[in-house]
Amino acid sequence: MNYVFDFGVVFEKMPELLLGAASTLGLAIAGISLALIIGVLGVAARSSKYRLMRGAVIAFVEVVRNTPFLVQIFFIFFALPMMGIRLNPTVTAIIALAVNGGAYAIEIIRGGVESISKGQVEAGLALGLHKFQVFRLIVLKPAIRTIYPSLVSQFIMLTLTTAVCTSIAAYELTSVAQMIESDTFRSFEVYFTITIMYLFISSIMMGLFALISRHFFSYPTR
Amino acid sequence: MIPIGANEMLFLMQGLKWTVALAAIGFVGGGVFGILIALARTAKRKWSRTLTAGYIWVFQGTPLLMQLFVVYYGVALFGLSIPAWVAVAIAFTLHASAFLGEIWRGSIEAVPKGQTEAANALGLHYVSRMKDIILPQALKISLPATIGFLVQLIKGTSLAAIVGFIELARAGQIISNQTYRPLLVFTIVGLIYFALCWPLSRLGARLESRMAKAAR
Repeated sequence: MNYVFDFGVVFEKMPELLLGAASTLGLAIAGISLALIIGVLGVAARSSKYRLMRGAVIAFVEVVRNTPFLVQIFFIFFALPMMGIRLNPTVTAIIALAVNGGAYAIEIIRGGVESISKGQVEAGLALGLHKFQVFRLIVLKPAIRTIYPSLVSQFIMLTLTTAVCTSIAAYELTSVAQMIESDTFRSFEVYFTITIMYLFISSIMMGLFALISRHFFSYPTR
Repeated sequence: MIPIGANEMLFLMQGLKWTVALAAIGFVGGGVFGILIALARTAKRKWSRTLTAGYIWVFQGTPLLMQLFVVYYGVALFGLSIPAWVAVAIAFTLHASAFLGEIWRGSIEAVPKGQTEAANALGLHYVSRMKDIILPQALKISLPATIGFLVQLIKGTSLAAIVGFIELARAGQIISNQTYRPLLVFTIVGLIYFALCWPLSRLGARLESRMAKAAR
């Protein structure tokens, strides 16, 4: 092996990489927020009294979870303009992330809601709690606590998936790296550096989510 | 616009062949290394637990696409002129070994402690305790998650398209560029992935609910 590593050219571009990382975080936060909204609405729609509605949600979840994100983002990228909607690649990427994350969120949140037994609600009402109190304290909080770990790992997965958005030239860390690569031809150095940056981002996120969990969900259950 | 004919479908099927091959190599290779990682992760020695925890942390904390890029360009640095598919297969194997290792660690730890104690009381040594007592039970516990990861891996092979490897997704891109019918092409490609993944997902869900019922 007589290759000489040169990380210098990569570090020269650090400001650009940091901007890309910030954009990756922005994509992730937007995607996660929209995915949560889709998740809650989807669970509501899934327990609708209209069969068609329930079927549509189930089909949506199954199709999204059983096809690659890359194919989904291409599909959305080409489908939107045909419907007369012209958006820049970064907004398109957010939509794709929201759709993908939303399908997983529906499955996870549904599991949480189903984990609350009916007796709990009845007990709450019998104790004289208001309907809203029952929902907030007896249904919502324990349900969130139950699904929290899977929701968090799904969010981190979504954050890492933002890298795929480079395929439609959305502005984020990987696409910035690809531009730097084509300028400097230092492929390994560039990708190695941003891999470390991704590891940093996901580790910080995991730490933050653990802190939140310790603050809100550390109460005894039995 | 150019119609999608037999030639285009044949090209997609050749891509599909590579998708299946990559997923199979990644799953088998990842399975072999994954079991070693799971064992090292649950071993008595602290350094082996720390080392494998670090390995899993790196592969679960970075995008699969970056793992592909780093391995792809990394092997080239060593002056190894190996075919592209080998580089990609190495990346998927490393990726799968970390995820399967973590899934199987959880399953090994989910086997009731009494089983280990009983095996010790019977005087079984480590190898036969693992091989005959713990791993068979852990395997059963891990099946739904393992199948879930296989689906994840099949979908993940589509990222090889971004490094230029012609599997199903890349074949779809090429056909789409040639025929100017992206929606039709990506619908077909999506349906092929769905036909591959959905039965597996159903199987995993069925096993999971059966096990949940048995546990009750």
